[in-house]
Amino acid sequence: MDTDFVSTLLLTGKLAFMTTLCLLIIGMWVSYVLAYSKSRLKIFFEALICMPVVLPPTVIGYYLLVAFSPHNALGKFFKNLFDMRLAFSFFGILVASIIAGFPFMVQSLQNGFHSLPISYRETAYTLGKSKMVTFFKVLLPNIKPYIITGVALTFAHCIGEFGIVLMIGGNIPGETRIASIAIYDEVQICNYSVANRYSLILFFISFILLILIYSINKNFTIGSKV
Amino acid sequence: MIYINVERKIFTSDGNRKLSLNIRIPDKGLIFLIGKSGVGKTTILRMIAGLLKPDRGIIRINDITVFDSFNKINISPQKRNISFMFQDYVLFPNMTVEENIFFAQKKKDIKFINQLMKIFELESFRNQKPENLSGGQKQRVALARSLAKKSTILLLDEPFSALDEVIKKTIRKLILKIHHMFDVTTLIVSHDKKEIKQMSDYILYIGDYCEIVKN
Repeated sequence: MDTDFVSTLLLTGKLAFMTTLCLLIIGMWVSYVLAYSKSRLKIFFEALICMPVVLPPTVIGYYLLVAFSPHNALGKFFKNLFDMRLAFSFFGILVASIIAGFPFMVQSLQNGFHSLPISYRETAYTLGKSKMVTFFKVLLPNIKPYIITGVALTFAHCIGEFGIVLMIGGNIPGETRIASIAIYDEVQICNYSVANRYSLILFFISFILLILIYSINKNFTIGSKV
Repeated sequence: MIYINVERKIFTSDGNRKLSLNIRIPDKGLIFLIGKSGVGKTTILRMIAGLLKPDRGIIRINDITVFDSFNKINISPQKRNISFMFQDYVLFPNMTVEENIFFAQKKKDIKFINQLMKIFELESFRNQKPENLSGGQKQRVALARSLAKKSTILLLDEPFSALDEVIKKTIRKLILKIHHMFDVTTLIVSHDKKEIKQMSDYILYIGDYCEIVKN
């Protein structure tokens, strides 16, 4: 197996893993706030978070590319403070993947919080527990199936990400070239055997993750009926 | 003593109405709250617990003002010295019986928990998850957990409603036992006239006007 093939797969895995980890941490808090907020602005933020689902990836990619430019505020900020370039870098495609994966994680976790009776929080509060303790000891452990679903969906979506990553990262081997882009690249040069290897691996990873999600949901449904 | 002088709009199937209340609940008593459905019995418990905010008024618990709309005081449920047992027990499914009860304590008092386990006959299933318990067992765990917090006030929202007659009798005895043993002020929402007559020290009538009378 050639090193380029392996490094592309490792980079894809690294991107998916880091995106999922970042989204798990950020998503827990965002979904908690959205699930229990009574603010009128809640709908605005819910719609904003869901935008990557309905928008063409190239639209988000375009806006991010403009924002990441060193001539604009965000790009300038990272350039001046960390001497870091966002466009055409691994960090750039990580930020883009986090934005693209946001709805998958946040919606799964938000559904989890909604599935819990409000009396869980109220009981914990009357037992003298803070919001933080209630969150970690009562709420999170009782939405485990939703957390696993969110993680699997985000990971699966991330390894299949194409448009945004191509717009932000280009196609730099070892830096921004992930498997989905490599497939497109290999097909362009009629190298079907390599494209087929990439495709088979992505197919099986996605398939296994979906089987995991469905089996968790099935067990959870059976469990809640008992 | 609980002093409660509040007003709150409540929403019922017959439309909106105003719940107006000005009463003093004596210390260490076993007080039953009675009234028609939707009259605001649970609302009163929730306001005392801090889970619901009155529109205006004052609530004092043991001479501490926990709510005062005029001076904008509203102490959170965590800081009010009360325990609340919900109608559906609300045991946390991710914890065992023992963990559910320990959860109510700031510092683990193993001796006290063992005492509660014995009183409520929970020792044999202390490591069981709530999903494996019957309704009566869940009720006992929820009661033990409420007491584990060592509050001076115990609020019980319809504790007998989902139980059959035999278990009801056991739970009634247990509530009477713990009420006297732990010297707490106990407020119970109930509809059962027989148990109200048998158990209560005071009865708080909730309706167009509210008054508390000695049984």
